[in-house]
Amino acid sequence: MQPLLSQACWDTLYMVGWSTVIAVVGGLPLGILLVLTERGGLLQNVVANKVIGQIVNIARSMPFIILMVALMGFTRWVTGTTIGRDAAIVPLAIGAIPFFARLVETAVREVDGGLVEAVQSMGGNTWTVVRKVLVPEALPSLIASTTTTVVALIGYTAMAGTVGAGGLGDIAIRYGYQRFETDLMWITVAILAVVISLIQFAGDLAARSLHRRGNRSGAAPRLRLLKASAPTTGTVQTTTE
Amino acid sequence: MITTSGLTKVYRSRGREVTALDGVDLHVREGEVYGVIGQSGAGKSSLIRCINLLERPTSGTVTVAGEDLTALAGRGPRAGRELRRARSRIGMVFQHFNLLSSRTVQDNVELPLEILGKSGKERSAKALELLDLVGLADKAKAYPAQLSGGQKQRVGIARALAGDPKVLLSDEATSALDPETTRSILQLLRDLNRQLGLTVLLITHEMDVVKSICDSAALMERGRIVESGTVSDLLATPGSQLAAALFPVGGDASAEDRTVIDVTFHGESATQPVISQLSRTYNIDISILGAAIDTVGGLQIGRMRIELPGRYEDNVVPIGFLREKGLQIDVLDREPAAPGSAPVPKEPETALVKEGARL
Repeated sequence: MQPLLSQACWDTLYMVGWSTVIAVVGGLPLGILLVLTERGGLLQNVVANKVIGQIVNIARSMPFIILMVALMGFTRWVTGTTIGRDAAIVPLAIGAIPFFARLVETAVREVDGGLVEAVQSMGGNTWTVVRKVLVPEALPSLIASTTTTVVALIGYTAMAGTVGAGGLGDIAIRYGYQRFETDLMWITVAILAVVISLIQFAGDLAARSLHRRGNRSGAAPRLRLLKASAPTTGTVQTTTE
Repeated sequence: MITTSGLTKVYRSRGREVTALDGVDLHVREGEVYGVIGQSGAGKSSLIRCINLLERPTSGTVTVAGEDLTALAGRGPRAGRELRRARSRIGMVFQHFNLLSSRTVQDNVELPLEILGKSGKERSAKALELLDLVGLADKAKAYPAQLSGGQKQRVGIARALAGDPKVLLSDEATSALDPETTRSILQLLRDLNRQLGLTVLLITHEMDVVKSICDSAALMERGRIVESGTVSDLLATPGSQLAAALFPVGGDASAEDRTVIDVTFHGESATQPVISQLSRTYNIDISILGAAIDTVGGLQIGRMRIELPGRYEDNVVPIGFLREKGLQIDVLDREPAAPGSAPVPKEPETALVKEGARL
């Protein structure tokens, strides 16, 4: 029982770890591109925006287990097999990329357009804007998005058992459900709960520490609120003194 | 230093056209502080964004320091290398400061230098020097969120100066600040203008801003400049809306058969006791309806609204006396709704103060 569980834990972390890395590497540029190409964006390109948006939407709404099956040919091409941990990483990552991209899009869109304008007024180009403004300013949200993605991926890995990838979810289904070894199921549930809580805690901590550094007094959201209501309320008076 | 000619900006969205700028000709001389004032929606924001081409003008040209920026812009929507280099030589400060919350004060000031590709040592030396100049040397390691509004704007100004610009654009830089802080920020801009020979173009909806630091001013309405000139010229122009708004005096005639005149004192004449001379010479009773003395654009100016008994025809001689003394006289309501009569100053003033944040 002990080696079985530790192997399952290791499998889960292995799959989640790699697919998170790939999701971030693929989803971050995609999410930023979604913001840049939208109407009025720095790289306005309505066609590209629609195409990317549509692909992301379809990939996101696909049930993971179907995506996994549908991608088998691609998985075989990439890893040479459709069975096991490495093979499961392919559909996990491909499922997580659009998920993460949408979260990135929301986070990046939250960045104040005035900052973009400021960097442009200094002579910065689009790449400068992405590097110096969009990513650093959205970082707390991006970290929170990564946490959400990791937690979602842990959920997906439960289904990876169907392609023989192992992992905690697989143990829970095969031993707990199919063999009625209820205690083993509860142990995996407990381990999953602890792992998810730890990840969530670490993610929140990281996001909050960054956020606190940035907006300790919470001035920025208040300002944005004022700006939105400015035309109706007349002269803006911000007293952050 | 800054010249625009025939500057037009038309926004198109969903088949609707909005003309934000309608043939604006602006001329800002080197080393002066030039204020553009107008209501919300008058086109001020579009104007200042067209100067460094953050907004592409639909037609017309913008020349800054002898360089035709509209020619550099090229056709595409994105700014080419030439235009970006030109922009780096124009500083800009914003109403909402636009500081990066993820960076320290010093790193914010270093940002333009990073874009210019300066080395780390050069950047930090320059940033600290500028922070010292704006009086925030001790806040270099703080984050913007830890600063007050006035301090944030000082950082914004330091950042705008990092590229050693000859021109500074100020987009409602003091509109989000309280009156006390506004004064100190304006003082700073004035000092920088004098010390560094910086040409400042600012847009604002606050008359006080124009009054306290501008050498020249322009009034914008519906995308056009309706009045412009040096502040002292404007004040000497009878019937000038800007002058009336800059320097409002109130008070209505107490009875039908009275003559109400506005007397403006400039320089020399401000020191002479003309009103008591007038009273003694012609033996008439003068009531003062309103008066103010102020410093506008560094000049001592007084304006007084007085009432003389009798209709205008009865007062031609006393008014002539005042004109002879070198005073500027505007007779109010000589005939009802006479063309060229001074506008009621209350109206433009309140209209100009009433204003939202940005376009």
